[in-house]
Amino acid sequence: MNAAAAVAARLGKAALTLLAVVVVSFLLIRLAPGDPAQMLAGDSGSADAAFVAEIRRDLGLDQGLDVQLSRYLKAVLRLDFGVSYREKRPVADMVLERLPSTLLLTTSALVFSIVAGIALGALAARRPGSLLDGAITAVSVTFFAMPMFWVGLMFIIVFAVRLGWLPSYGMLDASAEAQGGWTALADLLKHMVLPVLTLGLYYMSILARVSRAALLQVAGADFIRTARAKGLSPGLIWRDHLFRNALLPILTVVALQAAQLVGGSVLVETVFAWPGIGRFAFEALMTRDYNVLLAVFILTSFGVIVVNLLADMLYQAIDPRIDRASAT
Amino acid sequence: MSLQQQLRPGSVLRILILAVASLAGAAHAQQGGTLNLIVQPEPISINPGVNRLGPATFVGSKIYDSLLGYTQKDVAPVPRLAQSWSISPDGLTYTFKLRPNVVWHDGKPFTSKDVAFSIGEFLPAMYANSRHLREEIARIETPDSLTITVVLKAPSPAYIRTFNLPILPAHKYVGVTDFRNAPANAEFVGTGPFKFAEWKKGSFIRLVRNENYWDKGKPHLDAVLFQIIPDANSRAIAFETGKVDVLRAGDVENFDIKRLAALPGVSLREDGWEYLQPVGYVHLNNRIPQLANLKVRQAIVHAIDRDFIINTIFSGFGKPINGPLSRLSPYKDASVETPYPFDPKRAARLLDEAGYPAGANGVRFELRLVPLPYGELWSRQAEYLREALGAVGIKVNIVSTDVAGWYKRLVSFDYDIAQNFVYTTPDPAITPTFTYKTLKGNDTGSTGGNVNGYSNAEVDALLEKGAHERDEAKRRQIYSKVQQIVSREVPMVWTHDIVFPTLYRSKVKNLITSALGTDDNFATVELGK
Repeated sequence: MNAAAAVAARLGKAALTLLAVVVVSFLLIRLAPGDPAQMLAGDSGSADAAFVAEIRRDLGLDQGLDVQLSRYLKAVLRLDFGVSYREKRPVADMVLERLPSTLLLTTSALVFSIVAGIALGALAARRPGSLLDGAITAVSVTFFAMPMFWVGLMFIIVFAVRLGWLPSYGMLDASAEAQGGWTALADLLKHMVLPVLTLGLYYMSILARVSRAALLQVAGADFIRTARAKGLSPGLIWRDHLFRNALLPILTVVALQAAQLVGGSVLVETVFAWPGIGRFAFEALMTRDYNVLLAVFILTSFGVIVVNLLADMLYQAIDPRIDRASAT
Repeated sequence: MSLQQQLRPGSVLRILILAVASLAGAAHAQQGGTLNLIVQPEPISINPGVNRLGPATFVGSKIYDSLLGYTQKDVAPVPRLAQSWSISPDGLTYTFKLRPNVVWHDGKPFTSKDVAFSIGEFLPAMYANSRHLREEIARIETPDSLTITVVLKAPSPAYIRTFNLPILPAHKYVGVTDFRNAPANAEFVGTGPFKFAEWKKGSFIRLVRNENYWDKGKPHLDAVLFQIIPDANSRAIAFETGKVDVLRAGDVENFDIKRLAALPGVSLREDGWEYLQPVGYVHLNNRIPQLANLKVRQAIVHAIDRDFIINTIFSGFGKPINGPLSRLSPYKDASVETPYPFDPKRAARLLDEAGYPAGANGVRFELRLVPLPYGELWSRQAEYLREALGAVGIKVNIVSTDVAGWYKRLVSFDYDIAQNFVYTTPDPAITPTFTYKTLKGNDTGSTGGNVNGYSNAEVDALLEKGAHERDEAKRRQIYSKVQQIVSREVPMVWTHDIVFPTLYRSKVKNLITSALGTDDNFATVELGK
């Protein structure tokens, strides 16, 4: 199979997965008890059955499920995600308003966790059983075991309340935003420290553990002994033989984590009042704002599919033994 | 029209006194500053004509003024956009004289057309209760640009207490038929003391001083910033670290309030709920056989230690209540109510008498409890109810759900017992009538409706009569009778007459000045040193 065909096949599968996600989410949301028309009518105090029916008609929810689904699929193909029931604004606008904040938070946390995780794992793997190894293991087990929202609250108590070094919530102070420029950037960075650490430390811990194990396993392999016996420099052995081979399991974990980050960001966004998509999706769920929820589901599924595609391609780049076709 | 009618609250003398008082106040008023508040959850809209939930009302009330305001004492109407008003002796015709030289935030003049449009067209299209009110109106007339006359089909003494509604700009809706999806809904053009400036979704909403506000010299503040902080702990910390100046009901859990109130420079107030009058409910589904039985309902009330609910679960923020009306209601008559004190032995006896003896395992029957998904305290109350009712042989199974699921179950009688809290409002004809009047069918419309499925022909007749009785003394008698019957028949458990404390930095002056509390327009709020 040539490269183009392999990529095409993979994209085809990805598109089918996405379609399945749309259909299943569409039906699942409607299975949950609760009715968006009632939630909207509830805003208005003494609603009655006729009033609720009127709202339901207005939202197109009085149609059969098949009609609603086919209508929705056709619209989504045109990249039209509909209008929010509650805000009466295009869902795409609302999602795009919030997406940058979440991307900033999650990618910063991901980058931090990869760099710090692998570095700690490598340090620990250098002398297994040493004091440093023990300390790194203790730190990573601690941050892995502690619930994320609790870590966040502890950080707030120490760094925002006791020491007063960092802000406890939000992404940008209204006053800093008004000034713009460097003041706003500095304010943004200050606001990022605690949420990024809270989210990043958890994933860093997993990566540190995985990197240490992977590096130790490869270090014990015959070809490393051979490389040493050949008299290759330790740096070269580390880079070309050890690290490259240990990278496969690390990459797998990173890909899995990237998919989970959105879930983790719901908690962190809540604790730190970060204006992202996680919290926003949660509120849409509470009021059964179907179109908003579906758009968030589709977007996150799309993200997961893309990350997986990238990971597959990277596997192949790291280890040419992995066949393009079998990697799919 | 009698002289007495003309000299109702909007009399010239009264206006003069108010004007002098406000001038005197203005001389010493502290000008400027930004008031930092929290709004949670983030509102869907800040146009209270579009969304009437708490968050929308809290923010929107500063932008959109209403026709009347209401005093804390007796919830009496006071001038706002209406400068004066009169009611005809037959109780049918309401004439409002509007304040001259009021302009909308976009510079267009405010006229009687705006009022007619709001109460006659826009609000009835958006809200079921405004639609009910609209159905009571025979016609609306605008003889000139500053006069509006509303003629009712039947006298409705409660009507004068329904004007805390936002007035919307008619000129923004010319040619619009689909009000629900109108773009003007999100332009936030009002006549209030503050103008909309910026809404950073997920972060904050900023309002700024309306330089052209009709009440010269007001508002005192330069800006009001509503910050969006979704987590209760984070909100408490934001207040503790001085980032916000005010915490309202529900912003932090009750168990944090005493600690925060003890901080230096912090004050606490319990008033400002005279209009809304929140009461805690445990609904009993009167349509299932066990709960249709009066003795079973009485047994359930006897089985619950409501002092424990108030003092332990809600940290003392609540008062005992034994009937449908709040202590804040001008129509409250505690003397006719039947108290059912905490008495588990008596509860067990009543259940025996009702024909539900304890089985071999001590269980008489099982009930599903649908808890109110509004946070920690309500969950604790649900746990307590399971324990308390279990002690008298009623096995309670908690059916947890989110707000949408809870809502659906309550409005469709798909529950046995359920928690709720409701704003009972200052006039029994506004909300309590919907709560206790017989309902046909299985859809209560909203969780403020007759969720209990209670039905009593005598109560129905009294509620109907009370809604239209013009003689105030007779009206009180009617509602006393209602309270007497309903209190005795306990269609539900009134758990506590809710106290919603407001915490604020003592430098904030005039935070609460009316029956609407922090939902008023903040024209007189000052930030001291």
